[in-house]
Amino acid sequence: MSDKKAEPYIKFRCKDVRVHYGQNEALHGIDIEIPDNGVTAFIGPSGCGKSTFLRVFNRMNDTIEGARVSGSILMDGEDIYDKNLDPVLLRARVGMVFQKPNPFPKSIYDNVAYGPKIHGLTTSKAEMDHLVEKSLKRAGLWAEVKDRLKSPGTGLSGGQQQRLVIARAIAVSPEVILMDEPASALDPIATAKLEALIDELKERYCIVIVTHSMAQAARISDKTAFFHMGDLVEFGPTEMIFTNPGNSRTQDYITGRTG
Amino acid sequence: MNSIVAYILMLLIISVIAGFAFNFTAAQKRITLYKGVDVKSERVYHSQSGYHGYLTAWLIGISGFLIFLGGLFLRPDTGGLIFNTVWIGVLILTAASITYLCNQRIRPEFRARTHVERLVIGALIVLSAIAVFTTLGIILSLLFESLRFFDKVPFTEFLFGTQWSPQMALRADQAGQSGSFGAVPIFAGTFLIMLIAMAIAGPIGLMIAVYLSEYASKRVRAYVKPAIEILAGIPTVVYGFFALLTVGPTIRNLAEGFGFSVPTQSAISAGVVMGVMIIPLISSLSDDVINSVPQNLRDGSYALGATKSETMKKVIFAGALPGIIGAFLLAISRAIGETMIVVMAAGRAANLTGNPFEAVTTVTVQIVALLTGDQEFDSPKTLAAFALGLVLFVITLILNVIALTIVRKYRERYD
Repeated sequence: MSDKKAEPYIKFRCKDVRVHYGQNEALHGIDIEIPDNGVTAFIGPSGCGKSTFLRVFNRMNDTIEGARVSGSILMDGEDIYDKNLDPVLLRARVGMVFQKPNPFPKSIYDNVAYGPKIHGLTTSKAEMDHLVEKSLKRAGLWAEVKDRLKSPGTGLSGGQQQRLVIARAIAVSPEVILMDEPASALDPIATAKLEALIDELKERYCIVIVTHSMAQAARISDKTAFFHMGDLVEFGPTEMIFTNPGNSRTQDYITGRTG
Repeated sequence: MNSIVAYILMLLIISVIAGFAFNFTAAQKRITLYKGVDVKSERVYHSQSGYHGYLTAWLIGISGFLIFLGGLFLRPDTGGLIFNTVWIGVLILTAASITYLCNQRIRPEFRARTHVERLVIGALIVLSAIAVFTTLGIILSLLFESLRFFDKVPFTEFLFGTQWSPQMALRADQAGQSGSFGAVPIFAGTFLIMLIAMAIAGPIGLMIAVYLSEYASKRVRAYVKPAIEILAGIPTVVYGFFALLTVGPTIRNLAEGFGFSVPTQSAISAGVVMGVMIIPLISSLSDDVINSVPQNLRDGSYALGATKSETMKKVIFAGALPGIIGAFLLAISRAIGETMIVVMAAGRAANLTGNPFEAVTTVTVQIVALLTGDQEFDSPKTLAAFALGLVLFVITLILNVIALTIVRKYRERYD
């Protein structure tokens, strides 16, 4: 699919994306191209619309009453807001990890098996066992939980829960993983583990991450987008955004003068 | 001469207010005076002037109330001018001396606030104790009257006997009327009606809760939820005659159309109407429980590509199940204790049957039947009501305890 760095494959092409909550316009026309196989970070002050924009990619805004999305969002050239496209199928291709770890009140095994079960991805128990193991391994959690797969997922620590949730997302073999401030509820050690995991996952998936920590964005992302007051102010390679931003608002934010 | 009671009460209220006002202003004066004169000193009044007033008021209120009660208790039947004068005198004297004593205590180091807070806590404890002791009193009276009943009718016969005909001989020489007190048929009737009611209210109430919490738009919810809760506000006696005059005859006519004969008063008509009555209880409790499942669990499920119904069945029910069970148990204990509907619609015949199209009777109906009309209060017939009440109480108590435990455990999981 991708042309190995030279000419990165574009996963999402967005043109004039606007989101309304009732009368209130939260995003004022965003144009952006998100590359495949890499980490794209969204930064910006609270309420700038970055989380809202993230939820555009898997149509999670559909679940909010009164939310409307306009503009065009093409995923692999296909309009994901097309009337004929089933958001349920889209969400199987675009996984999401939330700010607060949200394991289901089920066992660790059932948490991971939940997605594959509803999408009918496996045909036998052995296959499912294998898929669960593979997903937990990929999320770097297998060694810690392999002896207690039947114990409740809610009993894990915050960092483990967040990796469990990533394993749960991976299990349905998505192409994209959206992360909405995934480390904001974690301590520094769990955060470091999570970042190492994201670094591994980006080989395989297109990762879009919203973060409040600029240090985190600088550490893990390849490209960074800076949002402010519902506008995309600047988008470019992370290095450039953090060392030589082209816009004074970006400069003010990353140097801590606003935000 | 009952007006003296009103006078005394009025006097009590006036002296409480006067005591408060007197010491409040006194404290206010002293504190301001002190502030003006002795600024150098580091010593400040511990409590604000209001607390000195409140302390006076509380103490007058409590002792005055005791004097009032004591007077009521001691009062001679004839009333008597001397007695009333003494009564009023004691009250006024007590109020005045309390005011004086508290006034003497208005000093910087006196902790009036601490004392007032202790008195308030004490009053709260006394009030909650009243509720507890009332419950205890009811249980004990049930227990002792039941024990008297079990002196006359063996415990095992009551609990396991299958014959219920509580008629006793009016005269000793009357023949053939010994009465039998086997409670099995009436408990069977109670449970039969409860089962019918739950079979109706359980699924319907639950589906309403699912619809309202997950599918209905805010607008629909704003209208439908109160509309359903109106059902809960209908007096049970209205449900009762609805069952007797509308549902019962309808079922009888329908059954006749199929060639069966069903009495107007039957388990099914009482059960159906009771079910309708319980629907709002189940739907609103389940709705609360489903709503308290955190939104991020729903989001997590949707984000994996689950549909609404998959999310509902597999994630939300898993989280809400204990709470829903709790709601069902509360509904069951409500159904068992319900009286008016069954009195009117279920009949009085103590049939031991599992057939919902027959007339059955319930514990509550029998208690009503045993205690209405001319009764002697030491015959087994009346005492049986207490035994029935006791067993009913124990059953609903156990159900409530289980339900509340489940609900509480469930709450802890998300908090």
